[in-house]
Amino acid sequence: MARIDLVDLAHTYLVGPDLPPEAYALKPVSMTWRQGGAYALLGPSGCGKTTLLNLISGIVTPSHGKILFDGTDVTQLSTRERNIAQVFQFPVIYDTMTVGQNLAFPLKNRGVAKADIDKRVAEIAELLDLTPHLRRKATRLTADAKQKISLGRGLVRSDVSAILFDEPLTVIDPHLKWELRSKLKALHRALDLTMIYVTHDQTEALTFADTVVVMHDGRVVQSGTPEELFEKPAHTFVGYFIGSPGMNVVPAQVRGREANVGGHVIPLGRAYDHLPAGAKIEIGVRPEFVHVAPLAPGLLAATIERIDDLGRVRFARVRVGDVKFAARMPPGLSEPGSQVGLVFEPARILVYADSRLVEGQALEKVA
Amino acid sequence: MDKTVNQKAWFLVLPVFAIVAFSAILPLMTVVNYSVQDTFGNNQFFWNGVGWFKELLDPSSDLGERFFASLARNLAFSAIILAIEVPLGIVVALAMPRHGWTVALCLVIMALPLLIPWNVVGTIWQIFGRPDIGLLGYSLNGLGIDYNYVSNAFDAWATVVVMDVWHWTSLVALLCYAGLKSIPDAYYQAAQIDGASRWAVFTAIQLPKMHRVLLIAVLLRFMDSFMIYTEPFVVTGGGPGNSTTFVSIELVKIALGQFDLGKAAALSIVYNLIIIIVCWVFYTVMTHAGADRDNNPGSA
Repeated sequence: MARIDLVDLAHTYLVGPDLPPEAYALKPVSMTWRQGGAYALLGPSGCGKTTLLNLISGIVTPSHGKILFDGTDVTQLSTRERNIAQVFQFPVIYDTMTVGQNLAFPLKNRGVAKADIDKRVAEIAELLDLTPHLRRKATRLTADAKQKISLGRGLVRSDVSAILFDEPLTVIDPHLKWELRSKLKALHRALDLTMIYVTHDQTEALTFADTVVVMHDGRVVQSGTPEELFEKPAHTFVGYFIGSPGMNVVPAQVRGREANVGGHVIPLGRAYDHLPAGAKIEIGVRPEFVHVAPLAPGLLAATIERIDDLGRVRFARVRVGDVKFAARMPPGLSEPGSQVGLVFEPARILVYADSRLVEGQALEKVA
Repeated sequence: MDKTVNQKAWFLVLPVFAIVAFSAILPLMTVVNYSVQDTFGNNQFFWNGVGWFKELLDPSSDLGERFFASLARNLAFSAIILAIEVPLGIVVALAMPRHGWTVALCLVIMALPLLIPWNVVGTIWQIFGRPDIGLLGYSLNGLGIDYNYVSNAFDAWATVVVMDVWHWTSLVALLCYAGLKSIPDAYYQAAQIDGASRWAVFTAIQLPKMHRVLLIAVLLRFMDSFMIYTEPFVVTGGGPGNSTTFVSIELVKIALGQFDLGKAAALSIVYNLIIIIVCWVFYTVMTHAGADRDNNPGSA
């Protein structure tokens, strides 16, 4: 059980002086993982999330920076000394052992008393529905069951600093996935352990974690609650990646409290007077906060390309000049014709300079 | 899948069958023919039934005594070299690098002894071990160890065993290395996470993953060492006395030295049977081990 601090942590798998930034699998990051937090590391394949996980667990030693557990520098310590549990993407089981022996292995290696091992193994087996298989050879089980054993070995030690999951549910059936994720979540509440869960699936991340850390191209681009990621993406990538459909990000000229998109002026909720000069300015707005309306003067005119019916909501895919938007179809509106207007919620429009969120100045309440 | 039945396909097998008939079946039949007959030369043969086999399997007869003595020596030799080469091969495989340019270097160095013909290996060690001009023999004697493989049975055995270990440990090591390479990194990482000791990693991961290649290695080394002829023949010629006379050397002595075709043929057949039986046992064990895995629906 520990708070984990990363201090200027970076890693490259290459060796040599003056490596270009692209050579870094993980670009410098400083952040804190709270004791007892449920974190998700979310990002596309190859964004460095597994590298970050392996750095925390100690499988990989960082080329730069430090890792602290409760303030103690553990950068050079082995996985064993860090007392970390980790579950891998594909099941790892010890062929010659029974399911029970597999679960007991991490405890046995640490010299835990036999009675305690048996008790703990029984608990974990019960939790993962492995009790009927305890005496069977682990090699003869299905991939699902094998991965449950891997999970079980990660959970069996109660004194670990943190449990790390590296896309652990990849090989599991969808219905079982949901069930296991709920179990992990329940376990997290019961045990007060720090858990870090790597995934590229936003649903998995948003349902498991209280804090989601989004990674992109070796960088941590945002860390926040699911609400924060949804409402205030700190980087346009977070906007695209989270939410379905992703955020509309369109180039615009922003002056004061107005944005100009292709000649059309959209009012903003805040004032932006000090935008960095020369930066690429974009506005971002979630499709949930753009409504389709019958074409009327003063609205941004758009052409409907198709409508996605997601059951409870419908999103229209529209085009304004060369720019594509996704916008919400209000429940009442049906067959609005191909030419429509777009209504924006000013308070929900965010402004990005070079892909990074710019905080505007709150407007003074003028009568 | 439905397959069309086409008996003409048998014609395709015919050439192979013809070659095998000439190269294996006919000679074998000749041996069977000799084994049930006696001759006093002059190409005159007499029916002897199972007489030679009876004599061969009767330890109180001269032939039986020689057969059982050489068989015992041969089994002892196989047991000794297996006991050395298998653990040594595993240790070497574990010590070999897993990444980088040194891998290729190691593989080439390891493969070198395997590329040397048997009689050359024998000649190398025959000279290497000579007390007068051989580096090994001369040095050992220089160190005050009385070493002479020509006159001392123990030295002769040591030389033949060390020679075989030198020649063939690489094979075991390379097979084990292949087995080790097939273990995904995640296993080692998981073991690290689980706090497994080096020994636990070996017994829980590496040995189980190697066990099939090890079975093959043991089979190959057993067969080869059980049929060994050239190397000890070149080095010791079966001596001193009969101390390194293995079954194949005994067989050649009887067949070509004494020209006792009947006895030699009977010995050949029994020798052959032993090898076939051992092969069959290994094959059964191996397919059984394989079935163990195939029964497992989840395995990739």
